[in-house]
Amino acid sequence: MATKTRTIEVELSTTGMDAAGKPQRIPLVTKGGGAGLLMEEPIALEPDLDGEHMLINIGPQHPATHGVLRLVLELDGETVVRCIPHIGYLHCGFEKIGEYRQYNQIIPWTDREDYLNSPGNNVAFALGAERLFGIEITPRCTVLRVIAAELSRIMSHLVWLGTTCIDIGAYTPFLWSFTRREQIYTMLERWCGARLTTSLTRVGGMLADIPVGWTELVQDFVDDFPNTLNEIEAMLTKNGIWVGRTIGLGVMSPEEAINYGLSGPLLRASGVAYDVRKDFPYMDYETYDFEVPVGEHGDVYDRYLVRVEEMRQSVRILDQALKRLPDGPVNVDDPRVILPPKTKATSEMESMIHHFKQVMEGPRPPVGECYVPVESPKGEKGYYMVSDGTAKPVRWRIRPPSFVNLSAIPRMVEGHLLSDVIAINASIDIVMGEIDR
Amino acid sequence: MNAPYTESFDIVSAGNALPEDAEPPRTPVAVPRQGGAVNPSAAALRDQFGDAIERVSVVWGETTVYVARGRVGEIVRWLHDDVLQQYDYLSDLTAVEYRDYETPLEVVWHLRSLPYRRFLRIKVELPKGTPLEVDSVWPVYHAADWMERECFDMFGISFNGHPDLRRILMWEQYREGYPLRKDFPLRGRFSRAEQLRQALAQNPEAKYSMEELSIAEAYGELPEDMRRRLASGEPTGE
Repeated sequence: MATKTRTIEVELSTTGMDAAGKPQRIPLVTKGGGAGLLMEEPIALEPDLDGEHMLINIGPQHPATHGVLRLVLELDGETVVRCIPHIGYLHCGFEKIGEYRQYNQIIPWTDREDYLNSPGNNVAFALGAERLFGIEITPRCTVLRVIAAELSRIMSHLVWLGTTCIDIGAYTPFLWSFTRREQIYTMLERWCGARLTTSLTRVGGMLADIPVGWTELVQDFVDDFPNTLNEIEAMLTKNGIWVGRTIGLGVMSPEEAINYGLSGPLLRASGVAYDVRKDFPYMDYETYDFEVPVGEHGDVYDRYLVRVEEMRQSVRILDQALKRLPDGPVNVDDPRVILPPKTKATSEMESMIHHFKQVMEGPRPPVGECYVPVESPKGEKGYYMVSDGTAKPVRWRIRPPSFVNLSAIPRMVEGHLLSDVIAINASIDIVMGEIDR
Repeated sequence: MNAPYTESFDIVSAGNALPEDAEPPRTPVAVPRQGGAVNPSAAALRDQFGDAIERVSVVWGETTVYVARGRVGEIVRWLHDDVLQQYDYLSDLTAVEYRDYETPLEVVWHLRSLPYRRFLRIKVELPKGTPLEVDSVWPVYHAADWMERECFDMFGISFNGHPDLRRILMWEQYREGYPLRKDFPLRGRFSRAEQLRQALAQNPEAKYSMEELSIAEAYGELPEDMRRRLASGEPTGE
C-alpha cells in the first residue's frame, strides 16, 4: 500500500500569514504521526493515569446527532474506548404498512423515509415497481426522473454540508447552502405542489409533467449554483480550522469499507470507485458524461471533498439532461397502471372499466420479485419487492444506506476524541427516518 | 486505534477483474419476467457444492440460488473468497414471509461482486414449524451486523454465530413478538391502552443495557436501589 504524506496549503488559518505576507504552509502530519495541525513535535503524554473509564450518553435528543440517535460512549479521559449506538426511536413500521398498501399508495411513504431526498426515493421506488410490472417508461419520463434525482442529490448534500458546518463550528456555509436548497424546494413546489413530501412519481410515469417555464428555472440554477460551491469551497477547503477538525478522522481503508457494506460518498472517500450509476446503471446514466469523485484517505475531509465534487457532477448531469429533454408523453400508454384521461373515462366503456379496476382493485403485478438499487445521496438504496400477484406487495424492503453506514460508527470513532465523534457522525450523513423506517 | 492518516490508499475500481474489452454496463431494457442470462456463479456453485444447491431461478433478470439451510455459511464464505467469484459486498440481507401459511419463510442475501460487477441472490427456505435458525454471515461480511439484528428483531430468525444478536429497532423489553411476521396484526397485538400502560410503567432509570452498565464506574454512580435490583439479576434495557 502506497504511503505518502498529505500536505494542504492552508490559506485561512488562525496563525495568519508569514513574514512575507504569504499564507503559511503548515504540515498536517507531524513527525510522530500524532494528531494536530500546528504541532511540530508530538506532545509528550503524561504517564498513564489510573484508568477510570467514564460513561457518556449522547442523544437521543441532541442536535449534533442529526436526529434521534443515541450513542453510549465509554471514555478513557477524552478518548473513546467503545461506542454503543442505539437506534429505533423513530421506528414507524414503513415496511409493515407497505404490505397493506397498493404500489402507488406506497409512494408517499417513500417521501417520509429519507426525507432529505424525497424525489430520489420516489424515483427509486417507481423504478423497482416498474421492473416488477414489466413496464418500460417513456424517454421523457426517464430524463425528468434524472433531473428529479440529481436535484434531490444536490439538496441532500447541501443539508449535509450546512449541518456538518454547524456541528464543526462554521455558521456561514450553512446559510449559503440552505438558501440554495430553498431554491430547489421552490422548483419542486412548482412541479408537484409540495416541498418535502413530493410524491413525484407514479408507477409508469410521473405525478405530472413539468409546468411551463420550469426548465428555465433549473437552467438558471445550473448556471448559478457552481458559484455557491466555489464560495463554500473558498471558505472551507483550505481553512485551517476546517482542515484541522476533519483531517485524519474516522479513517476506513477500502477493504474495510467494502466489508462493512459502506456505500455512497463514504465508500468513495475510502478509495473505492463504485457508483451504482456507473456500475449498475439505470435510467440511461451510462449515456451521461460525468465523473465519479474518489478520495484516497478515507477520512472526514475526503468525504467532504467527495460530496462537494458530487454536487458539481450533478450539475453537469442536470445540464445535459435539460439539453436532451425530449418531447412526448410522460406516462406510459398502459391501462393496467395509468389512469385514463377523465374525458375518456366518462365517455368510453373500456376506459371506464380500466378506471374502475385501477381505483377499486389497484394495479396487479405478476408473481415475482426484484431488487433495484439506485445511487441515493447517502449511498446504495435498494427497494426489494416481492409480489404474489395481488395488488399489494408481500414484502417491501428498503435497503437503507444510512443504516448500514451508521453500523460502522463504533469502528470509526474508536481511538478518537469525544469532540471528533461529532465530526465523524456528521460525516456519515445519516437520516434517522431512513435508519429507523 | 485507527490507521494513521498519513496513509493514502490505492484506488480500488469496481469491475477491475473484468477483461479490458468487456462490455461496459448498460441500463437493462426489456427484461423478461422469467429466463434470460443466468449468473455464471450459479453453475460454479453447482460444481462446488452439488446437492447443497437446491434450485436456480432467474426472475426479472436476477439470478436466485436456493441453498440448503445448513450450508449457507460455507457457501457465502466460498463466494466471498474464491478468486473467480469475489462477492465482496453484501448489499442486503432480509427475510420474506408469504401470505399463505404453507409457503416457507425465506431468508434472502443480496450479494454483489464489485470486481466482476455481478449480482446474486441467495435464498434459504425455513419451513413453518421448524426452528427459525440459520448461519450468520457476520464473520464474512461485517455489514451483516445490523442487518441480521434487524432481521431477528422483525422476523424472529436467529443467526447462529452473530456476536451480539439482540433487538435493534424495537426496544429490548418488547414483548409483542416480531412485527413483520404475517400473524402480527398491523396495529400491534396489545390494545392502545395496554401499550400505553406498558410504556408508562417502564423504569426510566433502566436506560442503560447490562453491557453498558458493566463499563467501570458507571455502576457506582447508580442509585442504591437500582444497584440492589441489578444485583438481584433484574433485566435492564434501554
